[in-house]
Amino acid sequence: MTELANKEQELVIFDLPSGAAYQHWKLSFDGRIATLSLDVNEDRGLRPGYKLKLNSYDLGVDIELHNILQCIRFEHPQVACVVLTSAREKIFCAGANIYMLAASSHAWKVNFCKFTNETRNGMEDSSRHDGLRFLAALNGTTAGGGYELALACDEIVLIDDRSSAVSLPEVPLLGVLPGTGGLTRVVDKRHVRRDLADIFCTNPDGVRGQRARAWGLVDEIAAPAQFAATVRRRAENLAYSSSRPRDAKGITLPPLDKQIREDGYHYPHLDAFVDRPARSVKLVVHGPTQPQPATIEEAHQLGADWWPLAMARALDDAILMLRANEPELGLLLLKTAGADNLPAALEVGRFMHAHRQDWLVRETIGLLRRTFARLDVTSRSMFAVIESDSCFAGLLLELALAADRSYMVATGDAETAAPHIALDAFNFGLLPMANGESRLATRFSRDAAKLAALRKLQGKLLRPAEALEHGLVTLTPDELDWEDELRMAIEERCSLSPDALTGMEASLRFPGAESLATKVFGRLSAWQNWVFVRPNATGENGALKIYGTGKKSRFDWERV
Amino acid sequence: MDMNYQDRIPNNIELGANRTLQRALEHWQPAFLSWWHGLGPSDFNAADVYLRTATSVDAKGWATYGFVRMPEYRWGIFLAEPEPDRRIGFGDNFGQPVWQQVPGEHRSTLRRLIVTQGDTEPASVEQQRLLGHTAPSLYDLRNIFQVNVEEGRHLWAMVYLLHAHFGRDGREEAEELLERHSGDADNPRILGTFNEPINDWLSFYMFTYFTDRDGKFQLKCLAESSFDHLSRTCKFMLTEEAHHMFVGDTGIARVIKRSLEVMAEIGSQDPDAVRRAGAVDLPLIQKYLNFWFSSSLDLFGGDSSSNAASYFAHGLKGRPDEPRFADHLAADGMFALELPNGQGGVKTEHIPMRNAMNEVAREAYVKDCQMGVTRWNKVIERAACDFRMTLPSPRFRRSVGSWAHVPTDTAGSIISKENYEAHLTDWLPTEADRAFIRSLMKGVYEVGKIAGWIAPPDRGVNNLDINYEYVKFH
Repeated sequence: MTELANKEQELVIFDLPSGAAYQHWKLSFDGRIATLSLDVNEDRGLRPGYKLKLNSYDLGVDIELHNILQCIRFEHPQVACVVLTSAREKIFCAGANIYMLAASSHAWKVNFCKFTNETRNGMEDSSRHDGLRFLAALNGTTAGGGYELALACDEIVLIDDRSSAVSLPEVPLLGVLPGTGGLTRVVDKRHVRRDLADIFCTNPDGVRGQRARAWGLVDEIAAPAQFAATVRRRAENLAYSSSRPRDAKGITLPPLDKQIREDGYHYPHLDAFVDRPARSVKLVVHGPTQPQPATIEEAHQLGADWWPLAMARALDDAILMLRANEPELGLLLLKTAGADNLPAALEVGRFMHAHRQDWLVRETIGLLRRTFARLDVTSRSMFAVIESDSCFAGLLLELALAADRSYMVATGDAETAAPHIALDAFNFGLLPMANGESRLATRFSRDAAKLAALRKLQGKLLRPAEALEHGLVTLTPDELDWEDELRMAIEERCSLSPDALTGMEASLRFPGAESLATKVFGRLSAWQNWVFVRPNATGENGALKIYGTGKKSRFDWERV
Repeated sequence: MDMNYQDRIPNNIELGANRTLQRALEHWQPAFLSWWHGLGPSDFNAADVYLRTATSVDAKGWATYGFVRMPEYRWGIFLAEPEPDRRIGFGDNFGQPVWQQVPGEHRSTLRRLIVTQGDTEPASVEQQRLLGHTAPSLYDLRNIFQVNVEEGRHLWAMVYLLHAHFGRDGREEAEELLERHSGDADNPRILGTFNEPINDWLSFYMFTYFTDRDGKFQLKCLAESSFDHLSRTCKFMLTEEAHHMFVGDTGIARVIKRSLEVMAEIGSQDPDAVRRAGAVDLPLIQKYLNFWFSSSLDLFGGDSSSNAASYFAHGLKGRPDEPRFADHLAADGMFALELPNGQGGVKTEHIPMRNAMNEVAREAYVKDCQMGVTRWNKVIERAACDFRMTLPSPRFRRSVGSWAHVPTDTAGSIISKENYEAHLTDWLPTEADRAFIRSLMKGVYEVGKIAGWIAPPDRGVNNLDINYEYVKFH
């Protein structure tokens, strides 16, 4: 099978065009319950060369899921519980398509897994923070990535038809891992005892019926005749526990106003300028212009055009586009534009904090939270560049706090001279990282005294010297040094091993305690990515490579 | 700040138009002067010294002579004229245009190379700071001060590169160049040899002949660098460095000459008799030579070096006189390195040519050192004396590389440790030898006079009489 390369292929687009029918999912609404049924069109794989049989998925299926979830969050605020099920008889989902995986480049597999992980983490994020519940209604065989999708839901109901089982057959069948959170969630979230989990994860047939229930792999089993009613009851209970509004009117999320040009991607509030010779991207986020909505009604009227929402969607999309389509651009230079808009950015912060119970504000904060979390696990170096025209205030300051380093130019002596940065409520808990802590708390190792001192600075415009003193920026070269200092730092970074940098950055970005999500990225994904490059998985006789050929894999038995 | 930079800091780098550099150097210059007052030859601050000052890089300006008080010396910043369309002369980037800016990729390595080179310049001034009190003549006193101020200028040259091209890190490194001190146990100079005190003039001549010659070869290697400003800076430093080695070369020759004169006067070649007559016997000069030659060889670094290979591959540091080599990539060649085999013998190991670049430079250095030795021997031969000066084997008394701490005789044959230690007093100056040399060290400051252990020079400075009043005390 020829390798499916990223290059010489058309761009991967994450934002579905307007009015496009879903190829792989069916979505229906019934009051506060939405039902999302997987019905994969096996001939519509994202890339040629494989068929998406047995409700197996590829990146295209997951891109639809990502879009549908976004649609439910914003266009259907009254939906309190999403039931994930299948439109097929006897099969819920067979997981990621094996032929697709076997034929993909390493980078493609890694990027695919990262995105699917983020989508599943996003479901848990929406449940935890915003009250959007998920129920997995497993109406048939549920294998691998299919069960991992179920694990991301709040509850799991499995049909008890004497044949449908849940399974994680990756290790015994494919010589790889259930890397989309499977191993982690089985023990960390479902609290399946680890010796039972060991049996479960090495048995290609999985576990069904009463045993699945007893081991904690599912919450309830139901005979075919009772299945629909059981699902309904559970969904209603979950919806009842939701804090999503009962009678809110959604907004419309039109496709992003995006231009893809030779020099990069351009959105109304964001430009991503690619510099291929320098292997870097200048990501410029534009600060909000005045006037910003004074009332919550005005914000709702603006809908998708409201600056924080439009900006977050653009940033999210740009990150995904760069990851999938520009693998060689290793350094993101994070910039903001519009020093004059700094007060407006702080105003947006005050407004959103004040109205954080409003569903649209809450969902927008949620999108920002997931978008910045995406940035945190992006395997690109990130330098924030804070110049005189910058607008790093509040939620935009999170860009600098997410960066591996920040450079702030020290100009003039006057108190009022730009650049400034400013803290607000967004920096103190509205946008927790995957570890559950704010970027500031993570940055300062949860030093309570330090964080209390920083809290007092909220709303104050901080000059480079103060920003440096408080540890909010890394370096403050003066105007004379600025250009050369930045040039050398960029060139130096771009000369280092991309693999070593990915590992180093992933390690340094998450000091302190772990959460399920950080374990999925830091432990499970890292092991999975290691397994993916080992001959026992992807060599000529590797298990993933020869799956389905009838040949037996030949392992190198050395334990490493 | 309103000032005439050209007057204060003669330069050919358009300092007057470069705010970054002005600010950096304005901050650094007071620190430099304070260092000079504390650790330079400050006991002679008030003397008027007949010194040459570089005021431009052309034939007319690079050596402008006149009387000057050392603290008022105008330490300038000069780069050799740029070579139009200069191309990288070696390594993986061979043939590409040279760099006018430091590539970020090589920032730390280039900085380390420049700092290591820069650190030796003030170190030698510190090592020599008290020698002015025992100068054998005003001519020699003037020469050491000339060497001192020019080492100071070479420090400036390196500091200029750090300030102009390495941002804040560079400025911090430049400050530290003044904070490390030769022989300071807590804060020593980077390279070992530069922490050895130089208490007598025989050592000073040996240092300028052998150790400054290492400097010459390092500068030659850096003059090949792809970083054009480093290359041009080192090229100009080399023109001044020649004088330092001249001081050493003629200094040793004059000590030998005086020794031969005394032998003729007393009609004896007996070393003790020569010493009793107040001159330095030839075997003792040989011992000093053994000491300084062997310690200077260590400055080239390990004989098989991954650093050297990577400097060469990346075009940061070449071989001395790179154009004379046929293969500028040196990607496949091998170098036959002779190493101790661990059983008292020698074996030959073939290492990749790029890893052997230190050894290549060291070999060129040894050849260069031999030229002076040959000249001195001609003088000895003409005096019908049978003694001959020799360079010891490069394996002798090494602390760096494959031969480090392997006991050998001066011919390079491996001997037992006991044998080695028993012979050390024959090969290296003993405490008694050093005490004798120190006993000769008495300052002679009268015009027309010279100490009894050294012959007068053949000619004076800048075509002046050898008895000219080169240093005026007040």
